[in-house]
Amino acid sequence: MHAASYEAVAEVFRAEAGHLTTSLVRILGDFDLAEEIVQDTLLIALERWPVEGIPRRPGAWLHTVARRLAINRLHRDARYRDKLALLAAPSGRREPDDRLRLIFTCCHPALGREAQVALTLRAVGGLTTTEIAHALVMSEAAVAQRIVRARRKIVQAGIPYQVPSDDVIPERLNEVLTVLYLVFNEGHLASGGATPMRRDLVDDAIWLTQLVCRLLPREPEPMGLLALMKLHSARAASRFDSAGNLVLLRDQDRSLWDRRMIAEAIGLIEGAAALRRPGPFQLEAAIAACHAEAVSFDSTDWPQILALYDMLLGLAPSAVARLNRAIALRMVRGPEAALAEVDRLARELDGYYLFHATRGELLSELGSREQARAAQLRALELTDNVAERSLLARRLGGVPSDERALQ
Amino acid sequence: MKYVFLFCGRSDDQARFEALPPEQLQEAYRRVGQWFQQYGSKITGGEQLQPPSTATTVLPGENGKPIVKDGPFIEGKEVIGGYAEVEAVDLDEALEMAKGWPAGPVEIRPIVERMGAPQG
Repeated sequence: MHAASYEAVAEVFRAEAGHLTTSLVRILGDFDLAEEIVQDTLLIALERWPVEGIPRRPGAWLHTVARRLAINRLHRDARYRDKLALLAAPSGRREPDDRLRLIFTCCHPALGREAQVALTLRAVGGLTTTEIAHALVMSEAAVAQRIVRARRKIVQAGIPYQVPSDDVIPERLNEVLTVLYLVFNEGHLASGGATPMRRDLVDDAIWLTQLVCRLLPREPEPMGLLALMKLHSARAASRFDSAGNLVLLRDQDRSLWDRRMIAEAIGLIEGAAALRRPGPFQLEAAIAACHAEAVSFDSTDWPQILALYDMLLGLAPSAVARLNRAIALRMVRGPEAALAEVDRLARELDGYYLFHATRGELLSELGSREQARAAQLRALELTDNVAERSLLARRLGGVPSDERALQ
Repeated sequence: MKYVFLFCGRSDDQARFEALPPEQLQEAYRRVGQWFQQYGSKITGGEQLQPPSTATTVLPGENGKPIVKDGPFIEGKEVIGGYAEVEAVDLDEALEMAKGWPAGPVEIRPIVERMGAPQG
C-alpha cells in the first residue's frame, strides 16, 4: 500500500459511510451512538490512510474498526450488554442497501434545513465535522453543535428510521432533493479557492443524488435534479475568467462547455420524462438543457424556455422562478414587458440581490440610467459573494466593492 | 412514543372564534369532536384550557419566597388553548395526526420516558 490522496480517501468515505452508519444503527438500535462511532471511525481512517494507504477492502476495514470502537463503548454501558454479541460476530456479507432510510431520516422535515444538510453530509456522505465546517464556511464548534442537536432530536422526538409510506413519498422526497440541491449550490456558487482539506460539495451532492436515483429508480424527480446538477457543472469551466471574475451566461465561451456531460444530462431528462410525472426539478433541468444546447445566447429557444417556466410556475409557484421567467420574457417580448413583470415582484424579492441586479439591467436597457444605477447599488449591498460583488461593481462602472462596503 | 400535543393559537383567535355565528361555531366544534373520535385509540388524555386571562403564575422568588402573579407565564400573543396526551408509534404518526387538527397550530412535544426504576 502507498500513501493515498485526499480525493481517493474522500471517494471511499462517500461509498462506505452510509453503509457503515446503517449497519450500526441496525445493530445498536441507536442513531445517536451509531453516528458518533462512524465519525470516530472515519477520523481514524483519515489519520492513517493518507500515510499507510487505503486498505484493499476499505469497507471491511472500517467495519472492523467501528465494531471495536462500539464494543469498547458498550462495555462501559450496561444498557447495551445484549448488543455486544451482535457486534462480536463479524458479518461476512454485505447487508441489503439501507441507505435510503438513512437519507430520509437525515432529511426529515422535523429537522431544520441546516441540520438536514450537516447531518446528510456527515452520515450519508462521510464528511467529517471539520470538512463540513470548511465547506459551509462555518466554525467547527457550530457544525458539531448542530449535528449533536439533530441526532438528539432524532432519538428523543422519535423521528423514525424508515422510508416513508407511499402517500408521503413525493413530499418527503422533495425535502431530500431540496437538501441535495442546497449542498450542490453551496459548492457551485463558492468561488474557486480550493484548499487541500476542502471536500468539493459539488462532487458530494452529485454523488448523493446519483445514490438516490439508484435507490429509487422509478422516481423521475431525482433524475431531474441529477440532470440539473450535471448541466450546471458542464458549464463550470466557463463561469469564471482567468482573473477569477464571474462571467454571465450570455458572455460565456460555449466551446468550454462539457458536451459529454450535457449529453448525459439530456439522457437523464428523457429517462425521467418517460415516467410521465413531470416535476419542478425535471422542468428546471429542461430549461437548463435549452441553454446548454443553444449555439449562442441569441439563438437560444426562448419561447420554449418561456413555456417551460409557465409549466414550472403551474407546479411550483415561486417569486424566484417568476424572476427567472422575466428574463426569458425579455428575450421573447422585450425589456418593457419584462420590467413590468419584475416590478410586480418588488414586495416579495426586495431582499434578493438578483431582483435588483435584473431590474438594473432592464432599466439600463430602457435608458433609465439613474434608476438603473440605484438598483445595481442595492444589488451590491445585498450580496456577500466575492465574485458576484465584483461583477456588480464592474457593471456600475468600476465602483470597487470594498469602497462600497466602507460607506 | 408518548407525546403531548399543545394546541396553540393567538390571543385574538379566541375573540374571533367566539364571534362566529352559531352554526359556524357548531361546525368548528363538530370538526374538533370528529378529530378526537378519529384518533380516540391514540389519545390517552387531555383537556381544553380556560383562556390565559384566567391564568395565575407562581414564580420562585428570592430568599425562597414564591411570588404569585396574575397572568400566564408565556407572554405575548401566542397562547396554549388545550393539550392532548398521545401514544404514537413514532413522530411520523404523530405528525399525521397533528396535520388533521382542524383548529390551528399544534406543538408536538415528546415526553421524557423514565426507564429502569421499577414501579411501586
